[in-house]
Amino acid sequence: MATKLPATDVVVIGLGWAGSIIANELTDEGLDVVALERGPWRDTAADFNLASAPDELRYVQRQELMLRTAQNTITARNNPSQTALPMRSWGSFHPGNGTGGAGNHWAGITFRFQPSEFRLRSHLTERYGAAAIPQELVLQDWGTDWTEMEPFYDAFDKITGLSGKAGNLKGEIQQGGNPFEGPRSNEYPTRPLRQPYGPTLFAETARNMGYKPFPVPSALVSEPYTNSLGVTMGPCTFCGFCTNYGCANYSKASAITTILPVLVRKSNFTARTNSEVLRITRDASGKRATGVVFVDTSGQEWEQPAELVVVTAFTFENVRLMLLSGIGTPYDPRTNTGTTGRNYAYQTANGVQLFFDDKNFNPFIGGGAVGMGIDEFNNDNFDHSGLGFFGGGSIRVTPIGAAPINNRPVPPGTPSWGSEWKRQTVKNYLSNMSIGCEASSYTTRNNYLSLDPTYNDHLGRPLLRLTFDFPENDLKMAQYCTDKVGEIAKAMGPRQIVKSPSKGHWNTVPYQSSHVVGGFVMGADPKTSSVNKYLQSWDVPNVFVVGASAFPQNPGYNPTGTVGALSFKAANAIRTLYLKSPGALVQA
Amino acid sequence: MNKQEQPGTSRRQFLLSTTAVILLATAGKAGAVIIKGAAPWAPFDYSPPQTLEPGGWYFFTPQEAAAVEAIVERLIPADELSVSGKDAGCAEFIDRQLAGSFGTFERLYMQGPFQAGAPEQGDQSSLVPQQRYRVGLAGLESYCQDTFKQSFASLSADQRDKVLTGLQNGDIALKSIDAKLFFTTILTNTMEGFFADPIYGGNKDMVSWKMLGFPGARYDYRDYVEMHNQKIDLPPLSIAGRPEWKAKG
Repeated sequence: MATKLPATDVVVIGLGWAGSIIANELTDEGLDVVALERGPWRDTAADFNLASAPDELRYVQRQELMLRTAQNTITARNNPSQTALPMRSWGSFHPGNGTGGAGNHWAGITFRFQPSEFRLRSHLTERYGAAAIPQELVLQDWGTDWTEMEPFYDAFDKITGLSGKAGNLKGEIQQGGNPFEGPRSNEYPTRPLRQPYGPTLFAETARNMGYKPFPVPSALVSEPYTNSLGVTMGPCTFCGFCTNYGCANYSKASAITTILPVLVRKSNFTARTNSEVLRITRDASGKRATGVVFVDTSGQEWEQPAELVVVTAFTFENVRLMLLSGIGTPYDPRTNTGTTGRNYAYQTANGVQLFFDDKNFNPFIGGGAVGMGIDEFNNDNFDHSGLGFFGGGSIRVTPIGAAPINNRPVPPGTPSWGSEWKRQTVKNYLSNMSIGCEASSYTTRNNYLSLDPTYNDHLGRPLLRLTFDFPENDLKMAQYCTDKVGEIAKAMGPRQIVKSPSKGHWNTVPYQSSHVVGGFVMGADPKTSSVNKYLQSWDVPNVFVVGASAFPQNPGYNPTGTVGALSFKAANAIRTLYLKSPGALVQA
Repeated sequence: MNKQEQPGTSRRQFLLSTTAVILLATAGKAGAVIIKGAAPWAPFDYSPPQTLEPGGWYFFTPQEAAAVEAIVERLIPADELSVSGKDAGCAEFIDRQLAGSFGTFERLYMQGPFQAGAPEQGDQSSLVPQQRYRVGLAGLESYCQDTFKQSFASLSADQRDKVLTGLQNGDIALKSIDAKLFFTTILTNTMEGFFADPIYGGNKDMVSWKMLGFPGARYDYRDYVEMHNQKIDLPPLSIAGRPEWKAKG
């Protein structure tokens, strides 16, 4: 039996980026906020101490900062005819755990989505005609637009201290920035990071080929920065222990470096860590949430009554919690009905490896979001007429740091052990580099999320089941874009290039990206979306569900900037609209 | 003790001394922690890596240890580039990993039913690393006795290489474990031991880092980031420092 706690105004589920932003905004509004976090409290000084942070075995191999699959995992299969099996260790993607969430071990690449992405189906229909959209794709508009999104991207920039160079300032194209950006109201808060050799060489070659290279927008601050809440960050030191690690320098923006230090000191805020939400409770009408039931790590169950429930966990847990709580109708691919679990999408990870004889890249110097990119082949930035696919990818060189358990590429055909393995490993370690292409993934009818019929978590609740394979559209696009990367690679003059476009079935084993999106998507039509443009549930208006779970498809950009913007957008809607008139903010 | 193993334990004394943070339920297992008014903080309450003292074997029997040393000596042979995997401490590394949380997969989802899936569905073996080694090494010993009338560790370098190649390709079958799974496990753990920070028992004297030119656990390259295409001769650094720092005499 759950022990009932005193009621609060707002309960927030998950204290990563989204939960921390929303909790901070709503406490500013004077509301009492209780935040529940499944994992432990994490703090830079204690958890990412310089004396222990640079440890590849612990943070990459043993996945110290990730959700432990013993706590919760997913089951996966490529298509509905297969039996889904549990991911027993994380491979393809890395859900986080503890305050800061996956935003502690992220790389920090922070793009804004382009204006056309928020109305993708309308945009493609206008430019190419409805008949040009491949039958297999379920593309849809977000129910919002650039004008509504931009101020919230700007707010996220100011929290994180993003480093970069504007490409489009109030409609004026800027030299040295990304000309494909939507119009920004402000320059990046901190100047671009200085660049190592690999990105510099790439940018020179790309520029000579007529492309417009720009510094990758980065949540690693380039200079001392005090953010919009008064929290101070130090400059990135290019240590290379970044992606998969926490930052000991307070350089990589995360909720724990930028928001929680302020939020935790507010008298109207309470965090409960080691607390896993079991379900959202509702009144007899089913149309109103009454709070949540959660369990702590001792097994004690608690009921937290609240006026407003804001769900801000990772994509997978947002969707699972809605399925377990019966909010929304589960999606059924056979009948194409229901919306919970619909429009799950991922990304293709493509790249080209370059092996040189005469260069030294010092590949251990870098960071998750240190580098240069071009956007000529991303999204709809190029003419897709006659190509037979839509979408594209962000092409960039971002040396993340070559700690050597995982980062010592050798040419194909090299043995995996023995004398020749060692000779090739040493020969190529300092003199190789790679160009990545993180590319879009579009939704299809058979790619979806549901509850698993067989496998349960440690509390006896069904795991989330992921059914996913790459659409033909995405594989064609991946080949096309990788060939374009190959042309740039060739022009850089290496001894050997090795192209690796995404091919074949989606594989759960190798890491690709944590950019899993959809399943509880936003839109203007409740038949094809779960939340409205304010991230408010169509079915239960005092529930807001915020995160990449709201993306109806995935462009060739990293999701976190947009998760941050949507969090500010939802918080703003609660502050300015919902509190004045609690109820549905958009009439279906 | 790593606080991740027993959430909250290392902070409990601090928690009781302040009103800012209240522990709800204790009794052996930490319950929810309420954090209000201040971030939980205690002096020197940082999260250290889990390591075991050098010397002796924690998990392997002497016979198993001899076999593992004979394997890692061939996976990473001694040559002009470096000492062997055996002399770099890869067997000690594996032994200590198996004795720790990795050995039992205690952090991983190990609920059944266990069934073989498509290759895309990843490792679905019900065997945890301790079992993979115990069963796999016994199978290897039995294969070598049947085939060569000798232990693996007594075989010549060429013979050992042939057996390892047979395991890797699946040409040799072992009792009670998939040979490829056994081989992949050892190869992965050997490479981890060779390239990880020496605090875990392998990569002795940072031998692999010196070999590659990797400077190790350094945390600031601001002075070097724009030194393009230049060799940067920084001697590597472990989390535990450098052996050369020991005072002489």
